[in-house]
Amino acid sequence: MTDQTTAPLVEMNNISISFGGIKAVDDVSVDLRPGEVVGLLGHNGAGKSTLIKVLSGAYAKDAGEIFINGQKVEINSPRDARANNIETIYQTLALADNLDAASNLFLGRELMTPFGLVDDAAMEAECRKIMGKLNPNFQKFNEPVSALSGGQRQSVAIARAVYFNARILIMDEPTAALGPHETQMVADLIHQLKAQGIGIFLIDHDVHSVMELCDRASVMKNGQLVGTVNIADVTDDDLLSMIILGKNPMEKEDA
Amino acid sequence: MTDVTTAPIPKKDQGNLFQKLELDMRLLGMIGALFILCIGFNTFTDGRFLTPRNIFNLTIQTVSVAIMACGMVFVIVNRHIDLSVGALLATTSAVMAMMQTQILPHTFGLGLGHPMIWILAVISGLLVGTLIGAFQGWLVGYQAIPAFIVTLGGFLVWRNVAWYLTDGQTIGPLDPTFLIFGGTNGTLGTTWSWIIAIVASIAAIWAMWNGRRAKVAHNFPVKPMWAELTLYGIIAASIFGFIAVLNAYLIPERRLERMFEARGEVMPEGLTVGYGLPISVLILILVAVALSVIAKRTRFGRYIFATGGNPDAAELSGINTRRLTVKIFALMGFLCALSAVVASARLSNHSNDIGTLDELRVIAAAVIGGTALAGGFGTIYGAIIGALIMQSLQSGMAMVGVDAPFQNIVVGIVLVLAVWIDIIYRKRVGAK
Repeated sequence: MTDQTTAPLVEMNNISISFGGIKAVDDVSVDLRPGEVVGLLGHNGAGKSTLIKVLSGAYAKDAGEIFINGQKVEINSPRDARANNIETIYQTLALADNLDAASNLFLGRELMTPFGLVDDAAMEAECRKIMGKLNPNFQKFNEPVSALSGGQRQSVAIARAVYFNARILIMDEPTAALGPHETQMVADLIHQLKAQGIGIFLIDHDVHSVMELCDRASVMKNGQLVGTVNIADVTDDDLLSMIILGKNPMEKEDA
Repeated sequence: MTDVTTAPIPKKDQGNLFQKLELDMRLLGMIGALFILCIGFNTFTDGRFLTPRNIFNLTIQTVSVAIMACGMVFVIVNRHIDLSVGALLATTSAVMAMMQTQILPHTFGLGLGHPMIWILAVISGLLVGTLIGAFQGWLVGYQAIPAFIVTLGGFLVWRNVAWYLTDGQTIGPLDPTFLIFGGTNGTLGTTWSWIIAIVASIAAIWAMWNGRRAKVAHNFPVKPMWAELTLYGIIAASIFGFIAVLNAYLIPERRLERMFEARGEVMPEGLTVGYGLPISVLILILVAVALSVIAKRTRFGRYIFATGGNPDAAELSGINTRRLTVKIFALMGFLCALSAVVASARLSNHSNDIGTLDELRVIAAAVIGGTALAGGFGTIYGAIIGALIMQSLQSGMAMVGVDAPFQNIVVGIVLVLAVWIDIIYRKRVGAK
């Protein structure tokens, strides 16, 4: 199990964000330790994606604080998040469909030649290396990613997150569009990254995969945190009732 | 061939001749269309269309629209549109005309014909164009006003700013040095044109050879050596062929005599001199090369295409898409001013209607050249060929004697047809 004594890798304290008067995230706190997988669960519109986009720099929070390795940080843009070694695999994958795999892998962080031009050959070589590890069957290096299958696109998005030595990885429903074989591939990858000490926030609808992959789970409902539980202490049904009813089984037992 | 290899990099030895040469089929299609057009007109005009003289005129008439079409590719690829380019050309042309005929010679007292006048006028025009473009880009990028609206407004504003500045009058004659950017009045002559041809061929082949070397260094598949060399041959032959045609267009005897008289010399008997490469065409070539390098090999270009392909992805990758928009429109404004230099120098004056309808020609050229209005796809060379096709159609029909209304009807139909064919082609090859 995760070493509970280490300092948290990420602490998001009392985060709030609202859009046009609706509180999408209301005073939520979550944390993540090195080598730990924390699941974020909840219905559509529960606020989990919004919460995580605050960490990845896509949204600016209205209130709250973020600490990385105990240090307070300001994350105002995706660039800030990347500077803190936070990488995100978005549900939409966030790929530029008209560009090839290497261009997407390095988008915003292109390798340059000494003359200040983008070094496509070097990027393709790096891309081939990492894809060789992640998805050895991948061959379409010179085609736009629009020509790729769902699984291949997913592996490009994953490669992008993994390549730049992420310490904190955010995965927003990484297996939503995948078949069973590719889903297993993602699960293996999560175990592998976990072993390297990377902390992972995993957003998922599927309670079973959360039970299988995560150490802890934070459940959200209507923008608020229902509770955070150790997966070892709960059952599928406990998680489901947290999601549906918004009740924390731990609190019930304490009472 | 049946060997299903799992090696990381399979050999490329399948495909027909064209695939082995790795030629862009759409490029070939466009060149083919241009060829058919030219040969067709040539037949109908009893060989008057494909003469050095007409090809020379065709190229200098195309330059102004082609320069702007290059910039329009970036604008459209980035999912925007610029309807104000013709009007912006008029405003910058008015500014430059006023600078060189009134402000610099009289207000600043340089006197007409001062050697600094043309350069100061050009710089001021480029500056004004870039600033106006950047301002429109700021409205689009930072204020989130749709580009269509901003530039539709700009279309009205700048067309009439030009009118107001000049009181609607034609301003001329322009500075004699300035006129060298117009075409006929400024050509490199045959010797320098050949030198340019040699330099351009070497540069093109060197660039392609370097690309191949980089691929080989990483063990990527490359096309067979014979294909590579064939391609080099085709490119060099095209460059030399083009220059040969321009050199073959001889300066008319009378005109040559006058040029000698102006220098106080007597023309030797029986002397013939070719025009060679016009400076305006050289400017277009430099713009095309620079913008192609930007598109393919710089971060700026990569981000333009990425943003056009998926704006959200670009933003989530940390690309400042707002600033990018400002840069693109500023570049467009700069190119409008550069076009204004060529257009007004060609006419040797600034007229109130300069650049009228150019926005439509420029957009049409970019679109005929394969730029997708949905964003994300487009090439600089395509836009230039698009501009050439438009111009060939127009002047070809004029030479054949097609009535004016029919000329525009045909151009309109060709525009729609070109996009339709492109859509079908993309569906066939499965690209988006």
